[in-house]
Amino acid sequence: MNLMISNSSGQPIYEQIYRQIKDLVLGGGLAEHQPLPSIRLLAKDLRISVITTKRAYEELEREGLIYTVPGKGSFVAERNAQLVREEHLRQIETHMDAIAQLAQRCGLDNKDLMEMFSILHLED
Amino acid sequence: MNAIELKGLTKTYSTFQLGPIDLTLPMGTIMGLVGENGAGKSTTIKAILDLIRPTAGQITLLGQKTPEHFPALKEEIGVVLDSQPFPTFLTADELGRLMAAALRNWEPETYSAYLARLHLPARQPLKEFSRGMVMKLALATALSHRARLLILDEATSGLDPMVRQEILDILYDFCDEEHAILISSHIVSDLEKICDYIAFLHEGKLLLADEKDRLLERHGLLKLSAEALDQLPQEAILSKRLYHYGAEALVRRDLIPAGVPVERITLEELIVALARRD
Repeated sequence: MNLMISNSSGQPIYEQIYRQIKDLVLGGGLAEHQPLPSIRLLAKDLRISVITTKRAYEELEREGLIYTVPGKGSFVAERNAQLVREEHLRQIETHMDAIAQLAQRCGLDNKDLMEMFSILHLED
Repeated sequence: MNAIELKGLTKTYSTFQLGPIDLTLPMGTIMGLVGENGAGKSTTIKAILDLIRPTAGQITLLGQKTPEHFPALKEEIGVVLDSQPFPTFLTADELGRLMAAALRNWEPETYSAYLARLHLPARQPLKEFSRGMVMKLALATALSHRARLLILDEATSGLDPMVRQEILDILYDFCDEEHAILISSHIVSDLEKICDYIAFLHEGKLLLADEKDRLLERHGLLKLSAEALDQLPQEAILSKRLYHYGAEALVRRDLIPAGVPVERITLEELIVALARRD
């Protein structure tokens, strides 16, 4: 597992850890039931605050992406088809937002966009 | 358990009052104490170390109330102050033997390991040591008697970046579930690197104490025109600078309209802005 923490990006550190592990879990980059590094170990390794790392793990656990066995540590949860689908939907929305912003700059309305989409889709 | 609990800590001098301060340092974490000269950092640390008696308030260290239990706790607290009381004719080896005689929990192997890790000569008199070497020796000493709480007052001031990094690495390795660190420094960038919590003293008052990363997440830097700055909700702006060709503001992210790009700030920028505003 590789996690890249950037200090220059505006994204909060806990969100960077949370998002990168989430992507690995949902994308299959981490196997189900694979152990995750302990919070303390990960924090030391990445030179980040243990509290921040804990916050990211708690968020991942709340969403059912990882689970914790007391005394043993945290593990990757079984991949939940529903969660994977939701994640894909979220990504579609992000792309759509970007499209909407670009469309506005080009003076395209929704109808133009739908037309573009159906033309591209037909050509596929 | 908490390593340090301060409740209503107050110290009154004729020209200066510290507190009342409420502060908690949980076990397993590092807290940085920042503030300008005379803000009360050293007074706070002296009160914790029972070097001065507080005017009011309660101090609890490692679950034990002080000053009553301070003598019993003494060896559980490692201390590095900005000047060292070591006799300079001694060598590091001799200092170790002196410590072994004075401290019940002294661990000669730990001490030797730290001397080696910090590249400190064991048989050279301390008067031939540089300031950086003396500070490293003080750290080695503080960490060789099974202390659970480490307190450093301006321990990295006046040292070069390489030595400071060596010291920060040691502190980082020391802090686990069974240990905690309180460190005061002017060098805010050092604290930004290693601390979990930041406590900010200003003119004797505790202006804030919070998780470092939350502080950095909540605030940001905005670069824009002076006109655009006027359009923003004024309560979002902590401090601002107006230039001829633009403006810069330190802001609370949650009060800034979505879509306005806010840059990350450093802890130092945040501290300076908060002190100015007060």
